[in-house]
Amino acid sequence: MGHDSTYTNQKFKVVGTRVNRPDGVDKVTGRAKYGADAYAPGQLVGLFLRSPHAHAKIKKIDVSKAEKLDGVKAIITSADLPDLTGDDRDLTDILENCMARGRALYDGHAVAAVAAIDMQTAKKALKLIKISYQKLPHVTDVDQAMEPGAPIIHDFVRDRKTGKPSNVCKISQFGHGDVEAGFAEADVIIEKTFKTEQTHQGYIEPHACLANISSDNTGELWVTTQGHFGFRSTCAELLGMDVAKLKVTSSEIGGGFGGKTHVWIEPIALALSRKANRPVKVVMSRDEVFRASGPTSATSIDVKIGAKKDGTITGATADLRYTNGAFPGFWAMLGSMISFACYDIKHVKSIGYDVIVNRPKVAAYRAPSAPMPAFAIESVMDLIAAELKMKPIELRIKNAAKEGTRASYGPTYGPIGIGPTLDAAKNHPHMRARLKKNQGRGVACGFWFNFGGQTCVDLNIGIDGSVNLIVGTVDVGGSRASLALIAAEELGIPYEQVRANVGDTASLGHNDMTDGSRGTFSSGMATIFAARNAITVLRERAAKTWDIPLESVIWKEGAARATGKGNSNRPPLSLKELAASAPNTGGPIAGHNEVVADNAGVSFASHICDVEVDPETGVTKVIRYTVIQDAGKAVHPDYVEGQLQGGAAQGIGWALNEEYVYGDDGCLQNPGFLDYRIPVCSDLPFIDTQILEIPNPDHPYGIRGVGETSIVPPLAAIGNAVSNAVGVRMNHTPMSPIRILKAIEDSKA
Amino acid sequence: MRYEAPGTTKEAAALLEKEKGSVHVLAGGTDLIVRMRLGLVEPDLIVDIKHIPTMQAITASASGTRIGAAVCNARLGENKALKKAWPGVVEAANLIGSDQVQSRSTIAGNLCNASPAADSVPALIAAGAKAIVVSKNKRRTVAVEKIVSGPGQTSLARGEVVEAITLPKRPARSGDAYLRLTPRTEMDIAVVGAGVSLTLERGVVKTARVALGAVAPTAILVPAAARAIIGTKLDDAALDKLAAACSAKCDPITDKRGTIEYRTKVAGVLGKRAAKIAFQRAGGVL
Ligand SMILES: Cc1cc2nc3c(=O)[nH]c(=O)nc-3n(C[C@H](O)[C@H](O)[C@H](O)COP(=O)(O)OP(=O)(O)OC[C@H]3O[C@@H](n4cnc5c(N)ncnc54)[C@H](O)[C@@H]3O)c2cc1C
Repeated sequence: MGHDSTYTNQKFKVVGTRVNRPDGVDKVTGRAKYGADAYAPGQLVGLFLRSPHAHAKIKKIDVSKAEKLDGVKAIITSADLPDLTGDDRDLTDILENCMARGRALYDGHAVAAVAAIDMQTAKKALKLIKISYQKLPHVTDVDQAMEPGAPIIHDFVRDRKTGKPSNVCKISQFGHGDVEAGFAEADVIIEKTFKTEQTHQGYIEPHACLANISSDNTGELWVTTQGHFGFRSTCAELLGMDVAKLKVTSSEIGGGFGGKTHVWIEPIALALSRKANRPVKVVMSRDEVFRASGPTSATSIDVKIGAKKDGTITGATADLRYTNGAFPGFWAMLGSMISFACYDIKHVKSIGYDVIVNRPKVAAYRAPSAPMPAFAIESVMDLIAAELKMKPIELRIKNAAKEGTRASYGPTYGPIGIGPTLDAAKNHPHMRARLKKNQGRGVACGFWFNFGGQTCVDLNIGIDGSVNLIVGTVDVGGSRASLALIAAEELGIPYEQVRANVGDTASLGHNDMTDGSRGTFSSGMATIFAARNAITVLRERAAKTWDIPLESVIWKEGAARATGKGNSNRPPLSLKELAASAPNTGGPIAGHNEVVADNAGVSFASHICDVEVDPETGVTKVIRYTVIQDAGKAVHPDYVEGQLQGGAAQGIGWALNEEYVYGDDGCLQNPGFLDYRIPVCSDLPFIDTQILEIPNPDHPYGIRGVGETSIVPPLAAIGNAVSNAVGVRMNHTPMSPIRILKAIEDSKA
Repeated sequence: MRYEAPGTTKEAAALLEKEKGSVHVLAGGTDLIVRMRLGLVEPDLIVDIKHIPTMQAITASASGTRIGAAVCNARLGENKALKKAWPGVVEAANLIGSDQVQSRSTIAGNLCNASPAADSVPALIAAGAKAIVVSKNKRRTVAVEKIVSGPGQTSLARGEVVEAITLPKRPARSGDAYLRLTPRTEMDIAVVGAGVSLTLERGVVKTARVALGAVAPTAILVPAAARAIIGTKLDDAALDKLAAACSAKCDPITDKRGTIEYRTKVAGVLGKRAAKIAFQRAGGVL
C-alpha cells in the first residue's frame, strides 16, 4: 500500500520521551548474547594464519603436517575457495581480502585458516602450516604510493591518462564555478597541507561468528554485524549458495561504527564449516581486528580558500589523497563530495585521489571520509578569520549554506541545520566562558549525507494485544527503543506494550545495513507505515464486529471508535479487545511494510571545544566540549545525545592520540589497545549536547539520521583549540604530545 | 605446562632449582599471562608465589618497611603508614594500569618484568629500595637498580626469586615523588618517568636521589641530577641544572611511543616537577 512520507507536524505523545531501552537490562547484567556467545553441538574452533609481511608472493603453502595433526578437521587456503565472483570486481576483492590468493597484500592478510576441536590444537596446527614467501617491495604512505616508481600493488589498476599501472584507482572531482576566477576576486588566500593518520573504529567487541553449513548446502550464521542481510548475500555469493538457504542471525553488537558493514572472517568460517561438516566458531583477537579488519583512510590534503575583506568566500579548492588499503575503494571520492558541504561557495572544486597501499582494506568509519577534509578546511577557515580579524564563528555564519544553496557536491539543499547550529553555538554560554593560561578554544562544523535505502518491517499484534515489532536493521545505538516508541505513537498505546526485535534473515525481506545513520530514519518510516496498515486491519475488524462500514470507524488513542449517525454510543474497541476477538474476525492481526526510504535528510553540526595544553610536555587535556546538532526529530533524546557524545569521543581520540604506526618493514607496530590509544573515561570531559530539531520534510516525523555527523568536527575543533592554546598551527593528526611539543619547539627555532 | 603453588619461599626455591625446562615465577600475572597469551613465552613450569604467607605480608620494623613480593599494588595504596612514609613509591605503584590491574599486580613483578618503562622502578630506585633475593642455598640483598640488566633481562640467576622489596626507614624532613608522562590519563605506558627522593636540613636539600624511567635500556639513577639540587633550596637555577642533568643522562630510543628528542626534553621537565613535589612533601617551601 502506498504511503505518504511527507512531514505533517504531528503532535507527539510518546515520541520524544526518554524510556528505558528493551536491551538495557540484559546488557548491564551480562545476559546479552554477542558474537562470541553462541554455541552449537560439536562446534570447532576456527583460527587464521596471517601474513607477517607487508607485501609478499606466496610461493607455496604446505598444510600436509597440519592436516595430519589429531583434532584438525579442516584447513582452508585460497585453493579451497573457487572464484565464483564473475566480473564483479568488488566481490573478487572481498574474496581476496578474506583469503590471500597468491600474494599477501598487507601485514595481517589471511593466508590460511584451520578448524580444530579446540584452541590448543588449532594453534598447534597453525604452526605446522609451512608457507614460503618471497618478499616484494611495499608502500604504506599515501603520498609515496603516488610517486613515480612506487611499488605497484595491482596490475589491473591503471593510470587514466597513460594506461600504465598505478596505485591511484580512482580520481573524482566535484564542485562548480570557476575557481581561478574565484581566487582572483579574493583579498586574502590561504593555502595549506594537512595530514591525518589512519584510525580504527575501535569497537570493543571483536568480529565473531558461529558458522554452520549442513551437507545439503544449507546453513546458518550467527554473527556480530551491522547488516545480516548484506552479510548473507555476500557470503552466499562467495560460496555459491542461494540466499534463501543461508539463515543469518545478528547477535547483539558491541560497537561497529561502519567496521561491521563488511565481511572479514565470515565467508571463511562458513567454508571451514562446509569442509569440516561441523559448526565452526571464529573469534578474532584484538591483534587481528587491528591488522586485518577495516580501518579508515590515512590522508594527505591540500586546501586553498580565498575570501573578500568582508569574509565572503570567493573560491575554494581541495586536493584529497586517501589510502584505500590493499584494494580499490571510493573513500577519496566521498571526501571530495563532502569537503565544502557546509558552505555556500560560488567557485568551488575538490579532487579526490583514491590510492592503494599495503595496508588493510579500508572500511567505513562513522561518516566515512568526512572528518579529514573537515580538519583541513575548518583549520583554513580559522586562518582566514585570523587574517581578516574576524571571529571564526562569524566567518562561518557568513558563509553557511542554507535552503536553496547549491551544495558543492551537486544537489540543492532543502531546509538544513548548518546556520541554526552555528547561531546556537554563537549564543551558547560555552562561547563566553573565560579561558585561562595555556587554554584555547576551537569551533568547527561538520556535515554528513545520511542514507535511507531498502527496509521492511513486520508488526504483529499478539493475542493479548501486546505488539511485537520485527525490524531488519541491526540495533547499534538504541534503535529498538526508538522504533517501539514510534509504533506506540502510531497505535496510540503505551511504549511498554510494544517490544521491538531484530529479525533474522529468514523472517523478513531484505534490509540494507544499519549504516548511513539510517536505522531510525528508515525503519522508523517503515514502522509508521506498518502500524498504519495494522490500524486499517484493526478498523476492519471493528467494522465487522459492529457491522458498520469501514469508513465509520476511526482509530484514536489505542482503540477503534465508531463515528457517524447512530454509532456514537458504541463503546470503543481497544487493541486488547480486538486482539482477543481476532480468531472470530479473520485471524491474526498484523501490519507490514516494505519501502525504499528516500531523502534521508542531510545532517549538520557545530562543535565548540576548549583544551589546555602543557607547553612543556605537549599533553592536551580537553576541558570542555559542546556538540550542537540537528536531529530533525529526536525520537529518543537520550540515544540521540548518546550518538552526539559517542561521535565526539571518537573524534577526540582521533584528534589527539589514535593512529596506526607502521615500521619501515610495512608492519603494524601497535595492534592493541595499549599503543593504539582510544580515550579512556578520564581523558574526556562531560560532553555537553544541544539537539536542534529542523524537521526533514520527507519523513512523516521529520526524522534525520543522527549517528555520524558528530565525528566530523572534532578533529578540526581540537586542532583549532590546540593551535589557539599554543600559538602554532597544528596540521597533522593525531596531535599527540610528541607532535605538539615538536611544533612548539620548531616555531621557536 | 605444570602449575605449582608452594606455601613457603623454600619450596618455591626448590621448585625453581629442580625444573630443567622453561620456568617462570607468577606473581600477579599481569605481565606474564599477557605474554603467554601472545605466545611470547611457553612455560613448562609456573611457580605461583601468591600462596606464600611471608610474600603476602607488609611488615614495618625499626629499619624500614618490608613488602612481600606477592603483595598487590592496591594494598600499598591502602596502607596508610606506607603511603605517609613513601608517597612517591605508592603513587607510582598506583599508576600501574587500572584498579583491576592493581588488585593483581606487584612491585616485585613490575621490577622483575624488566621493562625500561616500569612505573614503580624509578620511584623504588630513588627511595633506595632493596630486593631480597632467595635461592635454594642463598639469600642476598640487592639494590633495586642492580636487578634489571636490560630490556626484559634481570641479573637474577636461574633458581632465584625475589622474596620481598624493602624500603629504608623514612628520615625526618624527607619526601619522595614520582611522575610519568603518558599520552592518556590512565591505562598507558610511560614515555618518560621520573622519581625523586630527598631530605632537607633547615630548608636546604641535604641528600637526594633522582631516577628516570623509559629513557634508557633500564631505569637509571642520575647522580648528577641529585648533585644539582643538593645544598640548594630548589631555586630555579638548581632546577634547571637538575633538568639538564636528567636530559644529559638520557639514552633513549625513538619508537612508536616517543622520539629521542621528546624523551630527552621531557625527562628534564618531569625531573624538575617531581623534585618540587618531593621538596614540598619534605616540608620545604618553594
Ligand atoms: C592493562 C595493563 C596495564 C598496565 N599498566 C602498567 C602501567 O601503567 N605501568 C607499569 O609499569 N606496568 C603496567 N602494566 C604491566 C604490569 O601490570 C606491571 O609490570 C606489574 O607490576 C607486574 O606485576 P605482576 O605481579 O603482575 O607480575 P607478573 O606478570 O606475575 O610477573 C612479571 C615478570 O616478573 C617475574 N616475577 C614476578 N615476580 C617475581 C619474583 N618475586 N621473583 C622473580 N621473578 C618474578 C615473572 O616471572 C615475570 O617474568 C600493565 C599491564 C596491563 C595488563
